[in-house]
Amino acid sequence: MKVEQLSIFIENKSGRLAEITALLGDTGINIRALSLADTSDFGILRLIVDNVETAKSVLKNHGFTLNKTEVVAVEVPDHPGGLSNILRALDTENVNVEYMYAFVEQCGGNAVIVFRFDDTDNAIEVLKRRQFSLLSGERLYSM
Amino acid sequence: MYFNEEFETLPRPALEAIQLKRLKSVIERVYENVPFYRRRFDAHGLNPGSVTGLPDLQKFPFTTKQDMRESYPYALFSAPMEDIIRIHASSGTTGKPTVVGYTGKDIETWSELMARSFVSAGVHRGDIIHNAYGYGLFTGGLGAHYGAERLGASVIPVSGGNTKKQIMIMQDFGSTVLTCTPSYSLFLAEAASEEGVDFRNFRLRVGILGAEPWSEAMRAEIESKLNISALDIYGLSEIMGPGVAIECIIGKRGLHIWEDHFIPEIINPESGERVGEGEQGELVITTITKQGIPLIRYRTRDITSITYEPCACGRTHARIARMSGRSDDMLIIRGVNVFPSQIESILIGIEGVEPHYLLIVDRKDNLDTLEVQVEIDEQLFSDEIKVLQRLSQRIEREMKDMLGITCTVRLVEPKSIRRSEGKAVRVVDNRKL
Repeated sequence: MKVEQLSIFIENKSGRLAEITALLGDTGINIRALSLADTSDFGILRLIVDNVETAKSVLKNHGFTLNKTEVVAVEVPDHPGGLSNILRALDTENVNVEYMYAFVEQCGGNAVIVFRFDDTDNAIEVLKRRQFSLLSGERLYSM
Repeated sequence: MYFNEEFETLPRPALEAIQLKRLKSVIERVYENVPFYRRRFDAHGLNPGSVTGLPDLQKFPFTTKQDMRESYPYALFSAPMEDIIRIHASSGTTGKPTVVGYTGKDIETWSELMARSFVSAGVHRGDIIHNAYGYGLFTGGLGAHYGAERLGASVIPVSGGNTKKQIMIMQDFGSTVLTCTPSYSLFLAEAASEEGVDFRNFRLRVGILGAEPWSEAMRAEIESKLNISALDIYGLSEIMGPGVAIECIIGKRGLHIWEDHFIPEIINPESGERVGEGEQGELVITTITKQGIPLIRYRTRDITSITYEPCACGRTHARIARMSGRSDDMLIIRGVNVFPSQIESILIGIEGVEPHYLLIVDRKDNLDTLEVQVEIDEQLFSDEIKVLQRLSQRIEREMKDMLGITCTVRLVEPKSIRRSEGKAVRVVDNRKL
């Protein structure tokens, strides 16, 4: 139930994001979700794309530093308190969230949140035990 | 005005006669006492008998900073440890400093040469010397201090840092002479003006500035902002410390090098051959009176030229030009000597990988700044901001701990550091001196 995400190191220079999105666009890769974490000097662009391996090799060939990380995509009921229920459950079970961001598309009326945990396997077990619905990579990439 | 008129104004033939006598004696001493020199001289078929005239010095091999490092800490000492009364050290390239030892006689000589330097700069008894060179392993603080006492001036051992207090002391104590690095003198003046204090109203008359490269433009700025005469002083711990050479306030053109204690040569750094008078080259110094750690033909790596023309001040000792650069890649950042290789070894030590890096040196608000750019490759990269920030902070901390300099680390994308012929350019010095 793990989803592959690409994380790319970018300097805070104008045009870098445009360059990456153009590269992916030209290769026919569709970005499914993204988040950008930044500091004053550099940022980390996190992407979920429909073709991880191709995206990885294209970016690598163009000199970007990147790695593949495992994240978990969870369906969240699209109503007040939906996200709160999940976060409370994780907190009760001492599962640490490193970061999270929302998916663009809905999944059957539910929102989708992408989580990065410090202990992914344990987090998956906890979420499953508590009956939260996780999305597989295949499902997510083709949404 | 002289401190030691007889020696400072010796006619050239008499000065050279003293140099020859002292050269013979130092060659004899190091051959006798320092196995390193005995081996070196033997390998070149040289011995104390090889010196019959001053030109014979050219037959002798050079001594380098590398030789000093390999002799760490005491192997180049010529005097027994019980005769060494002071030890100083300067930063080395692999965390190991270059160590020098002084006998009582050496400290006396140093004090006299520093006192001569003060007088040459127009300083006299009754002056109040604000000594803002750092006290410690660095030779600046204690070197200037002993010279000031030898002269009989009043010395304030204020050392470096704590700028606000420095300004208060200078104003309230009526300091007339400032000794520090040129950039710190400007920093002081600007910090004072931010406090609403005008340096030009101080009693300060002379600045004796050194330990880092500077320029005529910077001199003009210092003289106008501080309302003083700013003079260039030269020295290095390997040879002695501050006071090896200094400008005189009368001529203010070139630094008199005390030739009754040092024999200067200017060489082509590539060929090792001497260049002519007035031509640029690397300064090589032989210490002819030192006892603790005499050095034969020490390559300072500083680029200058020399003139033997008479000076208006009456001193007969040759003058070297303001240092115009280095023949190696050493950087002087806020008076601290730094080699790119030192920074490289810190970076390698941190993650066990050798990243591409670039050092950007600049001067902002009259203080040197160092930015270390590190290319982030896959081994260093993490998906988490905090991990990368921790990496930057760790490099900054180790630079402070190991080299004593403050830097900012900037993580940059791979290949963003320019390569020339496959080799990375390691240093960009944007300081406009």
